[in-house]
Amino acid sequence: MRAPLSWLREYVDLPAGETGRDVQAKLIAAGLEVERVERLGDGLKGPLVVGQVLTIEELEGFRKPIRFCTVDVGTANGTGEPQEIVCGARNFSVGDKVVVVLPGAVLPGDFAIAARKTYGKTSHGMICSGEELGMGDDGTHGIIVLPQEYEPGTDAIELLQLVDEVLDIAVTPDRGYCLSMRGIAREAATAYGLPLRDPALLDVPAPNAFGYPVKVADPAGCDRFTARTVTGIDSEARSPIWLQRRLQKAGMRPISLAVDITNYVMLELGQPLHAYDRSRLDGPIGVRRAERGEKLTTLDGTKRVLDPEDLVITDNRGPIGLAGVMGGAETEIGDHAAGEGTTEVVIEAAHFDPVVIARAVRRHKLPSEASKRFERGVDPQAASAAAQRTADLLVLLAGGTAEAGVTEFAAPSGPRTIAMRADHPDRVAGVEYGRETVVRHLQEVGCDVYGQDELIVTVPSWRPDLTDPNDLAEEVIRLEGYENLPATLPAPPAGRGLTHRQRLHRRVGRALAGAGYVEVLNYPFVGDWALDHLGLEADDPRRTTVRLVNPLSEAEPALRTTMLPGLFTALRRNDSRGEHDLALFETGLVFLPTGEETTPVRLPVDRRPTDEEIAGLNAALPRQPRRAAAVLAGARELDGYWGKGRPAGWADAVEAGRTVAREAGAELIVRQDQRAPFHPGRCAAFYAVVDGAEVFAGSAGELHPRVVKAFGLPERTCAMEIDLDVLQQAGAGAVEAPQVSSFPVATQDVALVVDASVAAADVEAALRSGAGELLESLRLFDVFTGEQIGAGRKSLAYALRFRAADRTLTAEEASGARDAAVAAAVERTGAVLRGA
Amino acid sequence: MSAPNKSYDPVEVEALKPEEIERMRDEALAAVAAAADLDALREVKAAHAGDRSPLALANREIGALPPHAKAEAGKRMGMARGAVNKAFAARQAELEAERDARVLVEEAVDVTLAYDRTPAGARHPITTLSERIEDVFVAMGYEVAEGPEVEAEWFNFDALNIAQDHPARAMQDTLFVQAPGTKAQASRHEAASGVVLRTHTSPVQVRTMLDREPPVYVICPGRVYRMDELDATHTPVFTQVELLAIDEGLTMADLKGTIEHMVRSLFGEGLTTRLRPNYFPFTEPSAELDMQCYVCRGESAGNPDRPCRTCSSEGWIELGGCGMVNPRVLTAAGIDPQKYSGFAFGFGIERLLMFRHNVEDMRDMVEGDVRFTRPFGMEI
Repeated sequence: MRAPLSWLREYVDLPAGETGRDVQAKLIAAGLEVERVERLGDGLKGPLVVGQVLTIEELEGFRKPIRFCTVDVGTANGTGEPQEIVCGARNFSVGDKVVVVLPGAVLPGDFAIAARKTYGKTSHGMICSGEELGMGDDGTHGIIVLPQEYEPGTDAIELLQLVDEVLDIAVTPDRGYCLSMRGIAREAATAYGLPLRDPALLDVPAPNAFGYPVKVADPAGCDRFTARTVTGIDSEARSPIWLQRRLQKAGMRPISLAVDITNYVMLELGQPLHAYDRSRLDGPIGVRRAERGEKLTTLDGTKRVLDPEDLVITDNRGPIGLAGVMGGAETEIGDHAAGEGTTEVVIEAAHFDPVVIARAVRRHKLPSEASKRFERGVDPQAASAAAQRTADLLVLLAGGTAEAGVTEFAAPSGPRTIAMRADHPDRVAGVEYGRETVVRHLQEVGCDVYGQDELIVTVPSWRPDLTDPNDLAEEVIRLEGYENLPATLPAPPAGRGLTHRQRLHRRVGRALAGAGYVEVLNYPFVGDWALDHLGLEADDPRRTTVRLVNPLSEAEPALRTTMLPGLFTALRRNDSRGEHDLALFETGLVFLPTGEETTPVRLPVDRRPTDEEIAGLNAALPRQPRRAAAVLAGARELDGYWGKGRPAGWADAVEAGRTVAREAGAELIVRQDQRAPFHPGRCAAFYAVVDGAEVFAGSAGELHPRVVKAFGLPERTCAMEIDLDVLQQAGAGAVEAPQVSSFPVATQDVALVVDASVAAADVEAALRSGAGELLESLRLFDVFTGEQIGAGRKSLAYALRFRAADRTLTAEEASGARDAAVAAAVERTGAVLRGA
Repeated sequence: MSAPNKSYDPVEVEALKPEEIERMRDEALAAVAAAADLDALREVKAAHAGDRSPLALANREIGALPPHAKAEAGKRMGMARGAVNKAFAARQAELEAERDARVLVEEAVDVTLAYDRTPAGARHPITTLSERIEDVFVAMGYEVAEGPEVEAEWFNFDALNIAQDHPARAMQDTLFVQAPGTKAQASRHEAASGVVLRTHTSPVQVRTMLDREPPVYVICPGRVYRMDELDATHTPVFTQVELLAIDEGLTMADLKGTIEHMVRSLFGEGLTTRLRPNYFPFTEPSAELDMQCYVCRGESAGNPDRPCRTCSSEGWIELGGCGMVNPRVLTAAGIDPQKYSGFAFGFGIERLLMFRHNVEDMRDMVEGDVRFTRPFGMEI
């Protein structure tokens, strides 16, 4: 809502020196979001005067038509002689009154005017358009042509009210009444402690039976409907300058007198109005829900199919307007220029249900000035005053006659009251205001207040947002000033710190960052193309996604079931920006449909839902486990003076998984696997034991070359993805401290030759189980393949360290344990002891 | 070696004559002094102090002496060998010092050489800033609560007093989840599933209130989603931190004091906060919360000589929205609004990061460029 300061002063006698910034500060403190103050005519300096065009000479030979004019500007030019001015506009004739800026003047935007040579003539000033004067669009796209009544030489700065300040206010949904000058003036009056001249306080004749017939069939959707008729309108009458200027300053375009008046009254009182050309109405006006399949062409020229929920205004032919949203084209006020001048209008001032209007706006995607107000709640008591004000202005400005008939439908309703303890605002604020202050402020916002300790508060008709004691408390506290609230610190009960899960999440981030990975936070949106690029089979569960009705991008309409596509995109972006040695990680949720999602029932909000009802809501949601994932490309270690570097490889990716599992305290089982999007020979599957059963926890390895190509990644990019929730469940809990022996260690090395297909993890497991409890540690220190071993075979060399807690081991004991370890490996994996 | 002198006759043993011992000692001392390096000294040691050295060989002859001569010869021999060993040790130390001085100089390196063998990792500043805020509140006794990002509308809207047709629902421009089994082309109406991407972390507050008995003091950090275009100051996926306190007798003054504490913990002592009335369906009264600019401390406002980039010379920085929990929300979550009151506060971490660290373009937080993230390290 744009509120011109000059207009505001009509209702409140603000101090004379008060600037827009001053008023802004006061209104902000009172809770109105005054986003900015526009200073109209800032820097404007005259002479800017009314002129009358005396002669027009059309200049030939230029690329566009140019006129050389003489203009009578009275004595504003000091000589009284006609002013010679070159002008490019064509929407004026000899004898027209125009606005002339003379040399020495400065127009908005620091545009200094001087006599200058142009098109072979000297132009002593300029004939002005509205745009040049900062007036906003008047729809003419030409210079301003004034009504004849103004004398040449009259100051046009004053006449056109060019200097003003406009408060631009973002009205929150609870303050619908501030979508009017009346509402803003009320706030300003309270803020300054000044009286308000309420423009809605008008003498309105009592309703009678002679008005235009109206039948409201849906009193729930339309609880009030006032109709007035004005006849004998001079269809050639134009909106006076003051009216046009106020509309322009408020951000609306002047159209025609009747339309301008309805818009003006809406801005003034907040009541949307509609004016029908009576000659185009066929029979009584009705208000009802639309019938299935009914159609309406709205004023914007769009033919709309109506929904049975739409509330419509009708005549005998059917719908003539979408109630509270937009009128129909058929009963539109005639355009005088098109020879369709309207001389009789029926004025509609009605009150519609906010929800009905909000739904219609959403269905038809048709927000309007009227619907914006109805959605936020219009003062139902203002309807008859608004109709009266409209009729008055039509009489005053268009020479019409208001008919005596006054139609008024009003569904019965009483005033709304709220019971509140007098100290409730004190208890909300933490400040002792006292009853007197509370009552005074409630009266300032328009409430009637009765009672002592227990107040009965009747709220004003324009404040549908006031329903609860806390609403009243807010009114009191804001008028006392939020800025005056003290600051106190409550003492919460002792807390338990972060949960295990939260600490795990932090540890995983630190461990991966410590290992050289940089965290990224990707959007969780994917498209089917990405799942295709991953090489997922048609029946891969990762293809079953949660899909969005209104995705941000049609290319990514679903939620991720794997973290990898987002990481690939981030990797590629970094690579394309010249960073090639990359290790990235992300932790976050993936979204896995259960296939059994239910549609949630709409639960009430006036009580706690039952546990079953909550379970019902949760059953509507997909599984949302937390994952950690990483990608690597380029060098893991760089070449340098220290020696050769090392490219990132599958082993780094697998190790990243192990790193995460270590933080979770979970034992990670690594198995050879073949799974998209990985290289079939370089893919590890992770498992962890949860409640005695092995559970799949993730994958790691080098990416399949096709995947690398599809995503445009660097060659041999590697990746890892692991489920943090599974690892958390598999976590061993508190670590049991090992017994550290101070007896000497006995080291034994063994090299075992196995078939190439035998997993090292299996060999290691066999060695461990065979070695028994004397084994302190075991380390794989070499893997060898070659002719000596034989094709399809590999040699695994392990260092075994034996130690006892209570004695120095003898050579026989250590050898015996080693032999037992080897024997287990021989038996389980077919290993052959090398060199034996 | 001579045979033991069993008859106890004094026998002259040539090698143990005093002058002979002196000669051997002097020869040894001369050789030690002449040894030019450690290798030479090692040879000298073998020749003059080793098992086969003249002094060692002579020493063995002591046994052949008669008892009365043994003591004197032993003493003389011991002194000679002691002198040699001492000289040797001294020369050894001398030569080692010389060698060390030379070798350590040769081994000197340029310790200013860069070492970027393994590129450094880092955590995202959004993550660490969020944790930093969590820690401030955890220290006060709050706990951290989490919840799903794909959320039932009841939790995201209804329970928060945002009715089906409330303008606030349109205000937030929600991303809606399609009902399973509906076609991609289905209309919004047909595809409605009652499930959305949460538009704020407030549903976590509702879940917390349903789960716990008051008093409740929690902080809810997390990702939220709104229909928005990614640009320098907006991102459709962002991170919010909300706090919720429910207890007997909580007031707006408590809300103000709590946030002031957070602001001082994050930005330094002495900064004040300011509340401005605003509207949110889930709080009543509601307010917009500003903190005094931590750079200019408010001194740039109305002072053209001291412009401040951080607060655009407003003197205040808009932090987020807050208010007293609407009693209707308490009712929906099963908490008696007659007995308990509460306050809530929420703000976006991305914006906080922007003005706390002079991030000029929000896209930098989204794109995952390692050059942006690395300098933030592990903590913020």
